[in-house]
Amino acid sequence: MARWILKQEKEERASLLKFRDRQLSCQLLQEIKLKGKCLKEKLGRRPVFMEVCGTHTVAFSKTGLRKALEEIVDLRSGPGCPVCVTDQEDIDRMIQLSSLENVVLGTFGDMVRVPGSRTSLEQEKARGAWVKIFYSPSDAVQWALRNPGKQMIFLGIGFETTAPVVALSIREAEDLGVKNYSVYSVHKLVIPALRALLNDKGPGVDGFILPGHVSAVIGRKAFGFLAQEFNIPGVIAGFEPMDLLGALENLIYQMDRGECRIDNEYSRLVREEGNKTAQTVIREFFDTAEGSWRGLGKIPASSLVLQDNLQKYDALKRFPVEISRPFNKEGCRCGEVLTGKIVPTFCGMFGKECTPSRPVGPCMVSSEGACSAYFHYDFRE
Amino acid sequence: MSDIIILSHGDGGILTHNLVNDIFLKYFKNPYLIQLTDSVFLNFPGEGKGIVVSTDSFVVSPIFFPGGDIGKLAVCGTVNDLAVSGARPLFLTVGFILEEGLLLSELEEVVVSMARTAEEAGVVIVAGDTKVVEKGHGDKIFINTTGIGTSEEEAVLGYEAVKPGDKIVINGTLGDHGLTVLTRRQELGLGEGLQSDCAPLNGIIQKALKEIKGIKIMRDPTRGGLATTLKEIAVFSRLDFTIFEEQVPVAEEVRSTAEMLGLDPLYLANEGKFITIVESAQADALVQLLREDPLGKEAQIIGKVEDGSGKVYLKTFFGGTKYLHYLAGTPLPRIC
Repeated sequence: MARWILKQEKEERASLLKFRDRQLSCQLLQEIKLKGKCLKEKLGRRPVFMEVCGTHTVAFSKTGLRKALEEIVDLRSGPGCPVCVTDQEDIDRMIQLSSLENVVLGTFGDMVRVPGSRTSLEQEKARGAWVKIFYSPSDAVQWALRNPGKQMIFLGIGFETTAPVVALSIREAEDLGVKNYSVYSVHKLVIPALRALLNDKGPGVDGFILPGHVSAVIGRKAFGFLAQEFNIPGVIAGFEPMDLLGALENLIYQMDRGECRIDNEYSRLVREEGNKTAQTVIREFFDTAEGSWRGLGKIPASSLVLQDNLQKYDALKRFPVEISRPFNKEGCRCGEVLTGKIVPTFCGMFGKECTPSRPVGPCMVSSEGACSAYFHYDFRE
Repeated sequence: MSDIIILSHGDGGILTHNLVNDIFLKYFKNPYLIQLTDSVFLNFPGEGKGIVVSTDSFVVSPIFFPGGDIGKLAVCGTVNDLAVSGARPLFLTVGFILEEGLLLSELEEVVVSMARTAEEAGVVIVAGDTKVVEKGHGDKIFINTTGIGTSEEEAVLGYEAVKPGDKIVINGTLGDHGLTVLTRRQELGLGEGLQSDCAPLNGIIQKALKEIKGIKIMRDPTRGGLATTLKEIAVFSRLDFTIFEEQVPVAEEVRSTAEMLGLDPLYLANEGKFITIVESAQADALVQLLREDPLGKEAQIIGKVEDGSGKVYLKTFFGGTKYLHYLAGTPLPRIC
């Protein structure tokens, strides 16, 4: 999550309390139950809504809303947890980079426990690899500045939200003359993934709950194609209980009336055109390239790679590594979970061979992962 | 089980449990150890009061943090383990493992803090040991403290005493220590106003035990936080607990910073908190008594005990239900 978003969020914290108002929430919940029930009867099934963003997935579980509404709406997770969508090959490459002499791998926290084909960063750290967790890539640059004898490779993971801050860390390294800092970018773009998902005729989604923080960067208009080309409504939502309820209420209302729009219900953070500055920074540092996604395969122009003139900051150019053939663990259905084809509890490994302490797939590891959210809050042993 | 020790083996969650059961208990098994309590009551034939022992090691990094330091923590941690067992802490032994290169001034600061905290807690440090390891083989300073106390005859605390209908009480806000240390350790530049709740609890606990009848069990929710500790008590007492989210006290800064980082305050460590399970009729009196003490001014009844088999439910503020489990893996900040 970008720092400036954090700052704005913090400033708005005081006004957020109204989004947790008990009375209003309970009223809205009852209203949704009534209207949802009518819509369910009308359709002959529960409407299927997809939470594109991992933070929404967690919020629905954490607030107890998923359980409270399970008879009314079928909530599916989408490809919106950056750790979960990272391809096995990329994870193996990260682990390989961590084993290089004199290299310190800097990463956001979630990535540490994700299992690769044969091991994880956490396991390799225990065997002597240097893995350092940072909250901001700028801190990784500062660390590199203080430790000129080490090579800091920062893992650029995430969507349009984290790409600008990773880009700015390169600018910071350039300004400070830091030569021992580089980035392995596996940044991904949300829009191509949603297109691929819908072209794939996968989950049969009736409506989208669209990611609040990504929308803050790319703007409401970027999602217009969902309604225009695919005839599916969407609502950009925040993460408080009232935000979640508001999004559901909006989607049920639109479906009931046969309407189809992309509404912005997170207008305290999201603008029509998004954050132009952040978009410019992304364009200035990155080119788009074909990306490999867990569960979706290769998608054209869906990943961000550093531009050619920034090769000295491109970790893969500076430290080319060979990896053995990657493979997914047999029986792991993370790919289907993050494309909304199944809910986590449909995976035969869920809660048995695969738990947060013994994860088989990334969706059980990441704090944004659907399986982790279901296990922690919705699952009864 | 992983074939090597990873950091999560030390986080107090499920991997720690597995380690204890699969390795330590397997070879150390005896009637004292299998109780798996914070402190152990040792029986000496013919003696009146029992001797109670507890031991704990402290490896926190950074060694100084807002609200405390590794020295204060090393005294409080063991004193509190004895206190929640219903014992009166009397003596401490201290073992230092120092890393070559540690500043003497830093060591002195830690020791001064330990002395001050021991005095505050009314315990005497009666034995000690020092070892120095080569640079790079430690993290500045590790401390082990072993506490010795006497059992108070009137306090018989244990899992078997917990019954359906009992109330669950906490003496204040949750997650302060864990989040303070995590934000400082990761240099996150967040949570400027956060402060550890590190404090010796034996005074307030002994007062509660003396004045309130019907206290069934007490535990300090350190590693793994409130959720993990409650889950442990629920499993061992073979009963279900329901916690009401709205009644669980969390400081606003802890709540908002934890949200930004994708962490749950219920799973974050505390060093100045204790859970009490008490007979329903005495719960209000206990809360009132706790609130008279600075270490209990935000005390709350947070839930109740019901028939069941070891589940912990959390009722959200509009009536949704979620389940709480053992912590799985060290809490790490999220990506977006």
